[in-house]
Amino acid sequence: MKDFLLVFRADYNSMPKGSPEEGQAIMKQWMDWIGGIAAQNKLKDKGNALRSGGKVVSAGNVITDGPYTEIKELIGGYTVVKAESLDEAAELAKGCPILSAGGNVEVREINPM
Amino acid sequence: MDEFILIFRHEDGSKIASPEQMQVWMQQTMDWIAGISAQNKFVSGTGLPFENARVVKPKGVVTDGPFGEIKETIGGFITVKADSVDEAVEFAKGCPVLLGDGNSVEVRKIAKGDGVH
Amino acid sequence: MEQPQLIPHLFRTEYSKITAVLCKFFGADRIEIAEDIASDTFLTAAQTWAMKGVPQNPVAWLYHVAQNKAKNYLKRDALFENKISSELKRSGQAFDEFEVDLSPQNISDSQLQMMFAICHPAISAEAQIGLSLRILCGFGIEEIADAFLTNKETINKRLQRAKQKLREEKIKIEFPGLPEIDERLTAVLTTIYLLFNEGYYSVSSDQTFRKELCLEAMRLCYLLIENEFTNRPQVNALLSLMCFHASRFEARMDKNGELILYNEQDSELWNKELIDKGKYFLNCASTGQTLSRYHLEAAIAYWNTHQADSKEKWENILQLYNQLLQLEYSPIAALNRTYAFSKANGRKEAIIEAEKLKLDENHFYFALLGELYTGIDNSKAKENIEKAFVLAKTRSDKLIIQRKLNHLISGISI
Repeated sequence: MKDFLLVFRADYNSMPKGSPEEGQAIMKQWMDWIGGIAAQNKLKDKGNALRSGGKVVSAGNVITDGPYTEIKELIGGYTVVKAESLDEAAELAKGCPILSAGGNVEVREINPM
Repeated sequence: MDEFILIFRHEDGSKIASPEQMQVWMQQTMDWIAGISAQNKFVSGTGLPFENARVVKPKGVVTDGPFGEIKETIGGFITVKADSVDEAVEFAKGCPVLLGDGNSVEVRKIAKGDGVH
Repeated sequence: MEQPQLIPHLFRTEYSKITAVLCKFFGADRIEIAEDIASDTFLTAAQTWAMKGVPQNPVAWLYHVAQNKAKNYLKRDALFENKISSELKRSGQAFDEFEVDLSPQNISDSQLQMMFAICHPAISAEAQIGLSLRILCGFGIEEIADAFLTNKETINKRLQRAKQKLREEKIKIEFPGLPEIDERLTAVLTTIYLLFNEGYYSVSSDQTFRKELCLEAMRLCYLLIENEFTNRPQVNALLSLMCFHASRFEARMDKNGELILYNEQDSELWNKELIDKGKYFLNCASTGQTLSRYHLEAAIAYWNTHQADSKEKWENILQLYNQLLQLEYSPIAALNRTYAFSKANGRKEAIIEAEKLKLDENHFYFALLGELYTGIDNSKAKENIEKAFVLAKTRSDKLIIQRKLNHLISGISI
């Protein structure tokens, strides 16, 4: 078993702001998706959601504010899963609710630091 | 105290470093993290190799990548504790990734208690 | 109470108290002596009471005799001459004034400290349970052997090894320091929960014994709650969880000792008082920042006190299992989560989820698949239930699966 990072990306700026009920329904989709991975004993770390604002530090200590107009696919959060292979990890990613919002999931093998 | 993620973005992820360069980079990274740990502000972190990656898109489409489509590839990340985004930015300033041309570190606040994560 | 019942009853309630106090007094390296003195006290009681009748206050009598026996032991013991007696002399305490303190406060402190000593990380989980049953709950070696489906020799050896370990590791009978309390408490709670489950789910056929095991686990948990130092949210959550489970004790077995499934239980037989206690302790548990597995399991158990299906009930249970699995994976939680998923999101989707679990050695897994497929694809349902039947180990499990299969076959023929 190896660890894989799933990075959720989407164009959050163009996403419609839903009603609280829709928000609740989306929350349930995420919980059920993560719960399903955990039920297969393949969840390593449920990870985190990221707030939309932020900063970027570039070479020469140049600091710019987010949001990142140049990055259409903003990172919204990440989760770490356990899988035998990259393909298996990608299979787990297929159920991710970000996909129904037109986003994508980047799947990366983890190199422990 | 909040948690922040520091995401390393490499402009050209496919650029291959020599073992010597890697050694230097590793040492610098370790020193940098040790400095944050010494302030008891380090939470966790990981590197991400540039090979072995996929992107899963809507309708079951899976591609190799993310290279080429996204200008800046993620090389790894750490999470730190900080009182403000500015304090987290201070940590980011010391990141050895910034020694590479065109590289950057994205600093983002982690959302806690939103029910999903 | 009739006299034939009196000694076993007092043994159950007082043996563990006397033993804990004496263990604390003599130190963890001389547990056997504490046990011997406690057992001997009851032997003396049986002999004396048989001749002279039961005293007015049997408990006080027992304590008094135990104190005297401890004193006599110390008199005889050479070690006492060298070590303890010199300390007593130093403290200016005359030998005759010396007493083993059997006050309620010292009894509960000694039992709590003994709990922490037994649940020391150096001792294996199996031995922790054995020692807890023997020393904290006062169960006999034979009863423990029955509970573990083994013989007395095996249990004796296991207990010997555990006591040896207590000596080798020089484990002290004391409260852990504040910084490590939560960590050490985790081990204590695990053992208490295992004790409870041993009673609740064990294959031992002795109903009375099983119920007593559950009650003992709850008593130990309550001891932790009574103490300011160990009265933590996760302890309240565990007691709440055990109250909710125990409320179904009378409803889950028929007259022949066969298990009655949750859906088929007569909820009139559920113990309302225990359900209320469960709610009370769940409320007490909802302070602090950390959400323990016991919080989640207690909340699930709370929803299960509503027998009727409702969208709200199953949606809540599903989300609680989603969280529980993120905290700690177990096959049974994965299966229960999938069942809740089927109730909340429908069986077709649940089948997709269930097929991913691949718990190929687990008969509950195939029983669940069988249930999910019933009415959707009956031949697959039959195939899975048959697999479950082959994998099931106990007679009781096989019986339940056989019933499901009969149900399915008769359903198909109609």
